[in-house]
Amino acid sequence: MLRHLLRRAAGFAVTFLLISILVFCMMEIVPGDPASAMLGTSATPETLAALRAQMGLDAPAAIRYLRWLGGLMTGSMGLSYTYGVPVGGLILERLAVTLPLTGLAVLLAVGIALPLGVTAAARPGGVADGAATLYAQAGIAVPNFWIGLMLIMVVALGLGWLPAGGFPGWGEPAAALRALLLPALALAIPQSAVLTRVTRASVVEVMNEDFVRTARAKGASVSRALWRHAVPNALVPVITMLGLQISFLIGGAVLVENVFTLPGMGRLAWQALAQRDLIVIQNVVMVFATIVIAVNLGVDLLYTVVDPRLRRRA
Amino acid sequence: MTALAKLPGPVLRLRRGWRPGSAALLIGGILTACLVGIALTSLVWTPEDPARMRILQKLKGPLVSGLLGTDHLGRDVASMLMRGAFNSLTTAFAAVAVGAVLGTLAGVAAAAGSKFDAVLMRICDALFALPPILSAIMLGALLGPGALTAIVAIGVFMIPVFARVTRGAAMQIWAREYIMAARMAGKGTARITVEHVLPNIAGQIIVQVTIQLAMAILTEAGLSFLGLGLPPPAPTWGRMLAESQTYLLQAPHLALAPGLAIAVAVLGLNLLGDGLAARLDPRRRQAS
Repeated sequence: MLRHLLRRAAGFAVTFLLISILVFCMMEIVPGDPASAMLGTSATPETLAALRAQMGLDAPAAIRYLRWLGGLMTGSMGLSYTYGVPVGGLILERLAVTLPLTGLAVLLAVGIALPLGVTAAARPGGVADGAATLYAQAGIAVPNFWIGLMLIMVVALGLGWLPAGGFPGWGEPAAALRALLLPALALAIPQSAVLTRVTRASVVEVMNEDFVRTARAKGASVSRALWRHAVPNALVPVITMLGLQISFLIGGAVLVENVFTLPGMGRLAWQALAQRDLIVIQNVVMVFATIVIAVNLGVDLLYTVVDPRLRRRA
Repeated sequence: MTALAKLPGPVLRLRRGWRPGSAALLIGGILTACLVGIALTSLVWTPEDPARMRILQKLKGPLVSGLLGTDHLGRDVASMLMRGAFNSLTTAFAAVAVGAVLGTLAGVAAAAGSKFDAVLMRICDALFALPPILSAIMLGALLGPGALTAIVAIGVFMIPVFARVTRGAAMQIWAREYIMAARMAGKGTARITVEHVLPNIAGQIIVQVTIQLAMAILTEAGLSFLGLGLPPPAPTWGRMLAESQTYLLQAPHLALAPGLAIAVAVLGLNLLGDGLAARLDPRRRQAS
């Protein structure tokens, strides 16, 4: 078990380092000097040199990379060129929107997909199965930001039930949750479509296993055989898909935050691009990528919890 | 053949008639053919010039001015959708080509027992952790928004997808007896890969290309929505949606038309991929 954990942690560290090198190199070759961008064209060479030294830009690339890596670990990621505030604080502030948004989206996606997929699998070829398949095909095909626009049009502007955009902050938790509900639903629908498909396929497969037949032979009802025996054993592919989906969820968050003007990480990255705030782009991308690989590591470890066979093997 | 003909009718019909994924293949094929047809037609004919602005005709509803109405600048929505199909498809094709070629090369190299197997797969993990939208934001800073940014961002994200699929499929082929026979006959790794491995995994690569094309269309739409795709005046489905945001209640057709176009295009390609998978992918064929 410990060896498995160590191996996974080492894999995480290597991937993290590779991404950090990639991100650093890409931002290095972006034309333009941050110091001259901050001071403008009227700056004298002396002030420019002084600012470059102050920002540590005069050091060799390898040293700057190591400094940045150290800063990432400690949270001191430098100052934003446009906001003039520490990037670490800016990211933390925005994570307070993006993390609850994606968390809520995952909850909604699982909440939709699990009952739908299991009901479809209970009677393959039945009405529920047909409806679930239709939902899965349509849900995968529709872009999340378009669902966001449709929700704004119908639920927010048409019916006036929920806000069309903006975020009041966590000072008012109920209003904050209301503001996150539609964007989370927009993110959740395509994810739930994928999960419905995986859940259905996985449960159908497990329902044909000997132990489910044995449970039925011992007198367990269909629903008990389904929920008590088949579903827990069918969860591994569902969790795998949840882990793989995190990358799409984060990409989706960038779009949906822009549709609903939510002050999250995605909107920060997009605004940073418009303002050419390279230090913000570099750190936001790195934090997002770290979340993706951390979630995948977490999912890997979660297998051992949900599937005892894997625990023994590990 | 004579033996088969003597089999009872229903069994024979079952074997001949039942082809897994037929419906998906048919519907997906028709939708994709329509999409490609519309995209190609837009090069020689559209109802109006998609870039022509007629301010006096702005925000007209469907059938009032043109089949699908006009946008806030009086441009014909149907014509923009048609040319948008071409722009979306070409970006998606180019991105998938980048991902498929580089990913397949990495995958077969890793499966052939290359020393770099572990390194290649680690690099794939790293690339997979960067969602295309984030890569596009970084590339946008480097190259500026445009087709190249979109193609590279989407294509790079697809390298690990193709690498993993190809590596898994190729490893299965490498374990077969006929590969051993080819080795005994003195064929080298590269020759076996070209003559035996690639032809045997081509079906799975084709299936993946179709599915990833659907994914690329969705992602391209997202990038265009954020202003990271083709620059104006080239119409793209994503930018049409971004521009529709201001007129959601006033002119809902501006948001409905491009959204449905994306959905139908992606649905068609997904169904085609599913249908092809049922025919070409041995694992799926066995499962069905």
